Amino acid sequence: MDLAIEALDVVKAFGQGTSAVRALDNVSVGIRRGEFFTLLGPSGCGKTTLLRLIAGFEAPTSGQILLDGADITALPPNRRPVNTVFQSYALFPHLTVAQNVAFGMEMQGRPKAEVAQRTERMLALVRLDALAARKIGQLSGGQQQRVALARALAPEPRVLLLDEPLSALDLKLRREMQGELKRLQQETGITFIFVTHDQEEALTMSDRIAVMQSGRVQQVGAPRDIYTKPVNRFVADFIGETNFLEAVGEAAGWRLACGVLIPGTATPGQRATLALRPEHLRPAPETGDLPLPARMERAVYSGTDTHWHLRLSCGTALTLRRPNSDAATAAPPNPGTDITLGLNPALVQRLED
Amino acid sequence: MADRRFQVARLPGFATIAVLVFLALYLPILTLVGFAFNAENSISVWGGFSLKWFAAAWKNQAVQDAALRSLTIATLSALIATSVATLAALGTTRRPAFRGRGFIYVMINQPLMVPEIVTAVALLILFGIVKQATGYQGLGYLVAAHSAFCIPFAYLPIRARLAGMDASLEIAAADLYASPIATFRRVTLPLLAPGIMAGAMLAFVISLDDVVITEFVKSGGQDTLPTYMLGQMRRAITPEVNAISTLLLALTVALLTAFFLLTRQKD
Repeated sequence: MDLAIEALDVVKAFGQGTSAVRALDNVSVGIRRGEFFTLLGPSGCGKTTLLRLIAGFEAPTSGQILLDGADITALPPNRRPVNTVFQSYALFPHLTVAQNVAFGMEMQGRPKAEVAQRTERMLALVRLDALAARKIGQLSGGQQQRVALARALAPEPRVLLLDEPLSALDLKLRREMQGELKRLQQETGITFIFVTHDQEEALTMSDRIAVMQSGRVQQVGAPRDIYTKPVNRFVADFIGETNFLEAVGEAAGWRLACGVLIPGTATPGQRATLALRPEHLRPAPETGDLPLPARMERAVYSGTDTHWHLRLSCGTALTLRRPNSDAATAAPPNPGTDITLGLNPALVQRLED
Repeated sequence: MADRRFQVARLPGFATIAVLVFLALYLPILTLVGFAFNAENSISVWGGFSLKWFAAAWKNQAVQDAALRSLTIATLSALIATSVATLAALGTTRRPAFRGRGFIYVMINQPLMVPEIVTAVALLILFGIVKQATGYQGLGYLVAAHSAFCIPFAYLPIRARLAGMDASLEIAAADLYASPIATFRRVTLPLLAPGIMAGAMLAFVISLDDVVITEFVKSGGQDTLPTYMLGQMRRAITPEVNAISTLLLALTVALLTAFFLLTRQKD
C-alpha cells in the first residue's frame, strides 16, 4: 500500500432528520505517500469537513479513515500522527514563537534537548530563527503563517493538513508562501493535504488535485489532467475558463448547433456538451484545423492577454484568448466583422454530462 | 470632519450636570475620608489634622477581630465562588449546546436578581433549622452564604473571557498531541487566568462589602467589618468609623484597579 490517507465511503451529515445536510456524500479518495495533494472546490463543497475528519476534530457519520492502511476513524486528534495548519493559524498567544513550535514535541514526550534542537532547526527552516523569543502578537501575518507551519511540521507528522493557510495573506506574500510551501514539502517529504478554493493555487502547487462539489469528489488527477481533460461541466467551469458547445451525435462525430461537424466516435442522436479552452481557439485555421465561422463582438485587453468575445451563427457565445507578447498578433478585428476561427478537434473535450 | 452636532458633550448644560453628578457621587465619600483625619471627636466639625482615629481603630480589639473575620470569609468565599464559577463557565461555553443551558445560565445568575433581603431572610430561616439540628455555630454559614452570592460576580468575567477566547486554540492543542487535561493545563487555564483573577477579586470585594445577608446569618460575636460599623453607628459615632471606612475604601479601590487592569489586558 503506498497510500498515506484513504477515505472509504465517508459520509458526514450535519443536523438530523429531514433537515440533515450531507457535507460529505460517500467520499472515497486515496492520497499517496509523499505527495502534495489538494482538495479544491467552492466554499461549502465539503473540502474542509474532509480535512477535519482526517485530523479527527469530527467523526464521520459513516465510513472509514485509514492512515498508512490502519483504521484511525475512532482515534481522538491527539493520538493521530497528523498535524494541521489552521486557516486562522490558532497560534498560542501566551507562548513565544519557540514555545509554540516546541509544544507538539513536548506533548509527544520527546527529550528536552531534542525538542530544543529541533525547534531551532524548524525555525531556521521557515527563516524565523531571529524571532524565536517574540510573542505571537508581535508578528506580522506572514510570520505567523510560518510559525504555524513550523509548529505543525516540528513533531514530524506522517501527514500535514493545511486548511486554506494562505487565504489571509495579500497576493504578493501569497505567491512567496506558495513557493515556500512547495519547497518545505519537497525538503521534508511529508504528505501534504492542502485545502483551497483558489484553482490557480491548486494547479501550480499540487501533485494531484481532487475537485469537490456538494460533498462529492468530482475528479481526481494531476493538474494537467484536470485542466485538459475535465470530466464534467462543473470541473471544466471551475478550473480556468471554458467555452461550452452543445452538440448532437452523428455517425461521423459530433455536430455543433451551428453546423460544424467535429469528427469522432459518437452515438447518433445523443446530446453532449463539448468543452474548449479559450487559448486553444485560433484566430484563423491552420493545418488540420476545422474552420469555425463566428462574428466578432468585442475585444477585452487584460495585460498579458487579449480576450476576443465572439458569437457563433447558432447564437452560442465563445471566447478566444491571445497572448499579447506574440509579435505576430495583429489588432483584433472590429466588432461586427465575420471571421473564420481555427478549431483543433484534438483539443475539444467531451464532458460526461 | 465628523459631524459634531449630535455629540452629547456639546449639548447645553452638559458640563454643569456632569459636575453635579460627580459631586453627588464623590462629595459624601470625600467628606467621609476627610473627617477620618479629624483631630476632634466629631464627624462633622473640623478640628485639625490627626491620624489618631486610624491608630484607635488599629488598636481596637473588636475592629481587629471583625477585620480578620471579614478577610477570612472574603478569602474563602472568593476561592469557593471562583472555583465553582470557573467550572460553570467551562460547562456553559466549552461544550456543545445542550437542552436547558439557558435555564442554567439564569440559575447561576439568580443571586443578582433576587432581592438580597429575601435571600437573607430565607438563609436566616434555613440556617436556623440547620443550627438546631447540628449544633454547629461557626463561620461556615457565613462562608456558605457569601460563596453563593459571589458566584455570579466571579462567573461573569470568567465567562466573558472564555467566550472571547478562540476555541480553535484548544483544537490546535489537541492536534499537537495534548490530552484533554494537558490542553486545559497548558492552554485553557493560562489564557483564562486574567478572567479567573478578575472574578476572584470581584467576589472578594463583594463579600468584603456585604451587610444585609451577613447581618441576618451571623451568630452572636461574628461581626464582620461592615456589620461592626453598622453596630457602632447605633451608638456614639466617632471618626473611628470614618477611618475604618477609609481603609476599606482604599483596599477596594486597589482591588478594583487591579481588576480593571487585568480585564483590560489584551493578548
